[in-house]
Amino acid sequence: MLRFIAGRLIVVLSVGLTLSIVTFFLLNYVIDPAQAIAGEDALFEEIEQIREQYGFDRSITVRYFEWFSGIFQGDLGISYYWNKPVISLLIDRAPETITLALMSVSVTILISIPLGILAALNPNSLIDRIALGIAVTAQAVPNFWLGLIMILIFALAIPIFPVSGDKTFFHFVLPSIVLGASSVPAVMRLMRTGLLDVINADFIRTARSSGFYGWRLVFNHALRNALLPVVSVLAVQLGNKFGGSVITESVFAINGLGRLALESILGADIPTVQILVFVFAIIFLFFNLLADILNAYLDPRLRL
Amino acid sequence: MIFKTFIKRLFPRSFDNEIYNLTPKDLIIRKSSNHGGFKFGLSLLIIIFLFAIFGPIIFDVSPYEQDLTKRLLPPVWKEGGSWKYIFGTDGNGRDYFARILYGTRISLTIGFGAACVGMIIGVTLGVCAGYFGGWVDQVVSYLLTCQLALPGLLLAMTIVFLIGPSITVVIFVIGATHWAFFLVVSRSATQKIKNLDYVTAASAIGASKFQIIMRDIIPNTFSQIIVIFTLEVGIAILNEASLSFLGVGIQPPTPSWGLLIAEGKEAIFFQPWLIILPGIALFTLVVSINMMGDGLRDITDPNSKVSEE
Repeated sequence: MLRFIAGRLIVVLSVGLTLSIVTFFLLNYVIDPAQAIAGEDALFEEIEQIREQYGFDRSITVRYFEWFSGIFQGDLGISYYWNKPVISLLIDRAPETITLALMSVSVTILISIPLGILAALNPNSLIDRIALGIAVTAQAVPNFWLGLIMILIFALAIPIFPVSGDKTFFHFVLPSIVLGASSVPAVMRLMRTGLLDVINADFIRTARSSGFYGWRLVFNHALRNALLPVVSVLAVQLGNKFGGSVITESVFAINGLGRLALESILGADIPTVQILVFVFAIIFLFFNLLADILNAYLDPRLRL
Repeated sequence: MIFKTFIKRLFPRSFDNEIYNLTPKDLIIRKSSNHGGFKFGLSLLIIIFLFAIFGPIIFDVSPYEQDLTKRLLPPVWKEGGSWKYIFGTDGNGRDYFARILYGTRISLTIGFGAACVGMIIGVTLGVCAGYFGGWVDQVVSYLLTCQLALPGLLLAMTIVFLIGPSITVVIFVIGATHWAFFLVVSRSATQKIKNLDYVTAASAIGASKFQIIMRDIIPNTFSQIIVIFTLEVGIAILNEASLSFLGVGIQPPTPSWGLLIAEGKEAIFFQPWLIILPGIALFTLVVSINMMGDGLRDITDPNSKVSEE
């Protein structure tokens, strides 16, 4: 097990390193940072002045090492747009996004797992068709539009929830439904096919012939095995939620990392953007690693 | 029904009772003519295509022309609406129906364009990884992990906005961040195909690796690639709409659906149709594409059953 974790960890660290290089070069070489700060109509002299002022005239390798070694010392650079250290921005904004991510994954679990189980237990029934319909719909609805429609219905027409903001728990209800809905199709389909496979397996037939039936059979025998892949996909989805928070947070005006990302992009604030891209990638990798370890822990066959 | 008689006349053999004597082509046709979701998705998509191509020619109203005396007129089914402006007008007095109609073209162009870009990248990498194996496979898998870990939307937003938003840039950036599925599917398909007898036979008669890949492998992965392609078109369309909605994609005054929704957001309370209508258009297009994709997956799956009428 330790060997397995070590192996995965090496891959994660090297991917993280590669991504730090890719993001840095994309945002500093493909895009000219001085030009981005100065704006489109800037004069050549102005751009040159900014280049010198921010040190963009030095070689890109030097700047990369400066940036990358800074990360380990807790120095993530200074935001041009906010005039603050990037790290304090991250600390300010992270709680909202973490709340949103956790709540939206809970919404996904609450909707997709019961529906998936019911659909698998009654294949081709009405409930199976409804579940499929929900999956098809949720896959095709644009996230931001669903958010606006939710606001329209549950905040303006029937004022149950606040329109936008992030002060109380109720502010997070609509956003997490919207963000959670986007992972419902994948998780529900996986739950359904996984459970269908397990139900037709030999050991379930054995259990059934030895007298287990109904919900006990499903919960004690079938579900345990069918949940394995679902758990790991949920971990990956949780990682995805951070990057996916951009749209939801800007629709509902939640001051989290996603909104910070959008504002930094619009303000051409490259230090913040590159840290955010890197941080979201690391979060994703972390949850992927967690999913792998969880799977290996639950299913010993994968450790080989 | 007309559809069925048409198919029947074209392919009389596909309606014999002996389904086991059918050629693969006939099988596909029979499966697709029996697949309700596929037929629905395909017909809807054809209608949308016809709208996109001929709509602006028949309905000859400019989506850009502003008339500030006719701002925010309601659509025809609301009180005060008129047939002159079927969907009403937007905040600048532009005809909303014309804007949505032109938006169809934008969405379709970007959806299919970006999926093509993604397909070229993904299939090239996937076929190479599957065929050569060894270190090539490892390098490609590594690239795949990197691609999956990068927050695609955020990166796309940054690059599109800072390079300068245009339709071409949006197509290439969305395509360049969406090739993972193509890679995974074409890689595993290639791994299965490369050990089949006809590939061995091809190399025995002296075909080069390039010839084998181009003539024997890629054409045979096609049925699986086309399924991914359809689903990716849907994803790309939603992505473009998100980018435009956030203000970092297609720029005004070009009528992209995402942008229309962003513009309508200001009037959400009094003119909700400004966000509802383009959203329904977006949803209909993506649903039709996804239903077609799901249908194609069932149809091209060799294990799926052929139902008898």
